[in-house]
Amino acid sequence: MERTLEAGRLASASEMKASGRRSRWKSQFALQSMVWPGLLFLLVFSYVPMYGILIAFKKYDLFLGIMDSPWAGLTYFREFVTDPNFQNVLRNTLAMNLLALLLSFPAPILFALLLNELTAGRFKRFVQTVSYVPHFVSWVIFGGLILTVLSPSNGVLNLLLVKLHVVEEPINFMAKPELFWFIMVGAEMLKGIGWGAIIYIAAIAGVDPELHEAAKIDGAGRFQRMRYVTVPSIMGTIVIMLIFAVSAILNTGFEQIMVMQNPLNLDVSETIDTYVYKVGLGQMRYSYSTAVGLAKSLVALILLFGANYVSRKLSDNSLF
Amino acid sequence: MNIRSRGDKWFDAMNVCIMLVVVALTIAPFWFALVGSFNQGLDYMRGGIYFWPRTFTLSNYKTVFADHTIYHAFFVTISRTLAGTALHVAFTALVAYGMSRKALAGRNAYLVIMLFTMFFYGGLIPNYLLYKELGLLNHFLVLIIPTMFSVWDMIIMMSFFRSIPEQIIESAKIDGAGEYRIFLQLILPLTKPVLAAIALFSGVYHWNAYTDALMFTTKDALEPVQLFLMRIVTDSSEAMKFGEQAASVMPEEAKQISPETLKLAMMMATTAPILVIYPFLQKYFVKGVLIGSVKG
Repeated sequence: MERTLEAGRLASASEMKASGRRSRWKSQFALQSMVWPGLLFLLVFSYVPMYGILIAFKKYDLFLGIMDSPWAGLTYFREFVTDPNFQNVLRNTLAMNLLALLLSFPAPILFALLLNELTAGRFKRFVQTVSYVPHFVSWVIFGGLILTVLSPSNGVLNLLLVKLHVVEEPINFMAKPELFWFIMVGAEMLKGIGWGAIIYIAAIAGVDPELHEAAKIDGAGRFQRMRYVTVPSIMGTIVIMLIFAVSAILNTGFEQIMVMQNPLNLDVSETIDTYVYKVGLGQMRYSYSTAVGLAKSLVALILLFGANYVSRKLSDNSLF
Repeated sequence: MNIRSRGDKWFDAMNVCIMLVVVALTIAPFWFALVGSFNQGLDYMRGGIYFWPRTFTLSNYKTVFADHTIYHAFFVTISRTLAGTALHVAFTALVAYGMSRKALAGRNAYLVIMLFTMFFYGGLIPNYLLYKELGLLNHFLVLIIPTMFSVWDMIIMMSFFRSIPEQIIESAKIDGAGEYRIFLQLILPLTKPVLAAIALFSGVYHWNAYTDALMFTTKDALEPVQLFLMRIVTDSSEAMKFGEQAASVMPEEAKQISPETLKLAMMMATTAPILVIYPFLQKYFVKGVLIGSVKG
């Protein structure tokens, strides 16, 4: 008796819960209908391509489709790992990124620190405004401008170098493979220095002024305060940005390279992104290109979690 | 009050110098291109032009705007910028509002589904095949549909929408307003700054984008101005062809131009809209970045 009562009570409770959920859904129809299109969009434009990755493991045939194409196992992965072209591509990708990590990663930090030390407000705003401009200009234009400045026939840099007798003959900068990586990273730095600094400027603005006062009383000069107060205070932001930069080590600016690449520097300018595009869409080697892309995404994912883990252990800063 | 030591003065002077160098390096490429674009073509090819045009002419610009291919390219760019930005902001805001409500059943599961897409990308070819399947290849919509929604922007909007107290929404509900009405008449007007920031970023993206057109379209009719320019910047024979085409229309101007100066005039004409609008909108851009960084 007691037991059945108990069971009855339980049943009605769960029934109530279920009907409550049902009415909650019904009453939420409007709210749900706002979110579903977003989910549907991601299903189609993010998850369907993820399913499409299968072709990396298949001998993809346009007419058979993804499902019916025969399996190829790791053939395409083996193919690109042993392809000398790909080794070259990998070298270029890593070289440009390491150079960027060394030069264009710290540049916005330094820029933000120096900007913060400017005493004249109006000059500071002017510098900031100018420094953001290149970010809003497309790589087609900015790359085109750099090519114009560097042009051997009438580029202003060559004109000046010759006039000042630094060089005898104009230098064809874009035809010199040994300079290409530096030009790329330099251009990237110039385009991104101001915009990249915004986040550090915000971090610097959040530093407790009392820390500076205390350091001042202890006799620290401007430079010392920058070094021992400001920099440690924004370390968290720097580390987070570094995690992002490390996980992006196989990314290279596709738009930038497509503009600045030419047949004379192809040997040093082809990177994974441009290679995937050319081999995939140009030569229609769908499976091979997808295999390269997949390997790249996986490495990026591992690097992201790896860098995050290391940073959490070492510095207590992490993304997640 | 604040006594500046000699070291401080040195530091300040050095600092100002470094900043001036950064400013000069940033402005220089634009300036030299501007000078070249106003210079007579053959004269420019002789070299020796530094800070000011030597033989001033407007012919380069006249030639650029005499050709209707560039008008069409501008038409494509403007269309995609307007349509793409409007669609992106409206769609992302709608989803973000739904996701911002704590009452939403299944919210955490939805969020996981969305966040996962930020970490893993299907890749170029699977996307290409999808667009092909959907009939988007060589269609204007391929320039705006795939960027219609962004999880990142949604998170930014969501955090902004959440700052509006639930009580306001609840009281609107008691007054009989439905969710859509609350979204349109209450939430959107209150969150204009974030909408403006996202719209600006999206607008700049569309104005500058060329890779999607390069990869997914082959029709001239769909060529945005950046892709048109890309061909001319990377291939001097294209610039030559453009110049010859223009010369047949206006032979007297043709004597004043060269492929090189024509190219510069084109680059300047494409950049001008951004450079003109930019100073007025700068604060929204900066705000947008900061909202993003606080959340991320």
